[in-house]
Amino acid sequence: MIPPPVEARGLVKNFGSFRAVDGISFTVRQGECFGFLGPNGAGKSTTIRMICCTSPVGGGELRVLGLDPRRQSRAIKARLGIVPQEDSLDPDLPVRQNLEVYARYYGVPRAIASERISESLALFQLTEKANSPVSDLSGGMKRRLVIARSLVNQPEILVLDEPTTGLDPQARHLVWQKLRMLRAKGVTMLLTTHYMDEAAHLCDRLVIMHRGKFLAEGNPHDLIRDYAGEVVLELRMGHDDRAPLLGELTGIDGVAIEEVEDIVYIFEAGDAARQIAARIADPALAFLRPGNLEDVFLRLTGRGLLD
Amino acid sequence: MTAITTRPDLSAGSYRVWQRNRDVQFRLWRTELIGVVVEPFVVILALGLGLGQFVKLSSGEEYVAFLTPGLLAMFPMFAAVFECAWGSYVRLEMQHTYDAIIATPVSVDDVITGEILWGMTRATVNAAYILIVAIVLNPWLHMVESPWALAIIPLSFVPGLLFSAISICFASLARAMSQFSYFFNLVINPMFWFGGAFFPFDELPHWAQILGWFIPLTHVVELYRGFLKGQFEWSMIGDFAWVAAATFVFYWLALAGMRRRMIQ
Repeated sequence: MIPPPVEARGLVKNFGSFRAVDGISFTVRQGECFGFLGPNGAGKSTTIRMICCTSPVGGGELRVLGLDPRRQSRAIKARLGIVPQEDSLDPDLPVRQNLEVYARYYGVPRAIASERISESLALFQLTEKANSPVSDLSGGMKRRLVIARSLVNQPEILVLDEPTTGLDPQARHLVWQKLRMLRAKGVTMLLTTHYMDEAAHLCDRLVIMHRGKFLAEGNPHDLIRDYAGEVVLELRMGHDDRAPLLGELTGIDGVAIEEVEDIVYIFEAGDAARQIAARIADPALAFLRPGNLEDVFLRLTGRGLLD
Repeated sequence: MTAITTRPDLSAGSYRVWQRNRDVQFRLWRTELIGVVVEPFVVILALGLGLGQFVKLSSGEEYVAFLTPGLLAMFPMFAAVFECAWGSYVRLEMQHTYDAIIATPVSVDDVITGEILWGMTRATVNAAYILIVAIVLNPWLHMVESPWALAIIPLSFVPGLLFSAISICFASLARAMSQFSYFFNLVINPMFWFGGAFFPFDELPHWAQILGWFIPLTHVVELYRGFLKGQFEWSMIGDFAWVAAATFVFYWLALAGMRRRMIQ
């Protein structure tokens, strides 16, 4: 039997007295895109780095492609592709040579590497920039180049640590499109992000991580249904106006109310919120929308600043 | 403590890192060449011929000839130091080059070993160039007295490794680029002036000679002096052993320092 791409049981990581990863367990399945969603400092990147064997496992069990990161890091790294959070392209080398030098680290023979790199540059729309210095590339191009670089060894698992942070909307959508294409080809992907739309776009399954633990896991659709409700009503009105409406909703099964400063969020699966929205008939005061991952996330992790 | 007791985890990856630096060098050599080419001429002219007119050594030797082993030791030292102190720090901290490399099947030990081998390469190329300059100028300046001087090229591997390793040790501790001024002013610059390159040690007071013994460059200079003259003394074995032993120690410390820094 083929071992799962990643399997963790009670995975732990401490930095001094700070517990960054606190006993998490999960299994990534062959060919899926598995997302770690969470605020900064949740332990996502630390988990990813343990999987990538660039940070030693602190405790618990971790298997990557059936191998032990404690003893077989080189064998694991040979079969992973990594898109790091920070831009780590080699500024001393032009675009194409960045990939050639990187392929050499994996011991990919020159002729094979050259062929793959040409294909990859075409795929990521970088052929025209092949001889440009990296500093000439836009943010989106750099990201695409980093993704192209992560494919030089034809990895079995692609690990993406916040792949679109800092990109403009056009560039993000282009990166997403490329990643969906890779997923369609059957590449297993691991992704961390704090962008909810990114997780919704790309992930088959995801976990919501907070303070080193998982708060919830499932596919994006189920998570929204379970934690946000099908619709969300946002009431933007003064305290006196909202009081009778809240009175009306209180106690109805499946309705959750959250007051945050000047907005009231009403989460529900039924009809009561819809009726209120129809009655008020002013979206500026009562705005009805589908639930999304952001609702799930904020409900689970709280709305206070985390830093 | 585990960082210092671990055996080096090495592979062909060290060579790949060396290749990376070589490829970058092939792209950038034009900008760096001029300094390397001109430097020894300036020193030979200014110190060897200029200051040398006023210097009478008790050995009767011409000052420019006395200076030659120092040139062969110092400039390669600078080449290794610039590559492995500033250069390594930039690749480690600013460019994240090391982070990118250790995500591949290349270990931290491979990276550091490759960097040190590259620093050594630059030092040796530099030493070879200065030796060629000295040989070309020999009919006028008599800087090289024996064909044994050619042995300096392979010998320069060892100090090249040593100065690279010392530099990496410091880079592994540095928290900001500006801290390198400490390294330069407290380590490299004193070594440059007091490493036995500019004045003979044997006429200095005893305490100064003892101090000089602790400076790595002194031993390199003494070793090269013997080979340039073709006069061999037993103490040269001691000089070589000193440099080789220090190389081993600093290589080990460089690995430990960078593991501590990069593996968290």
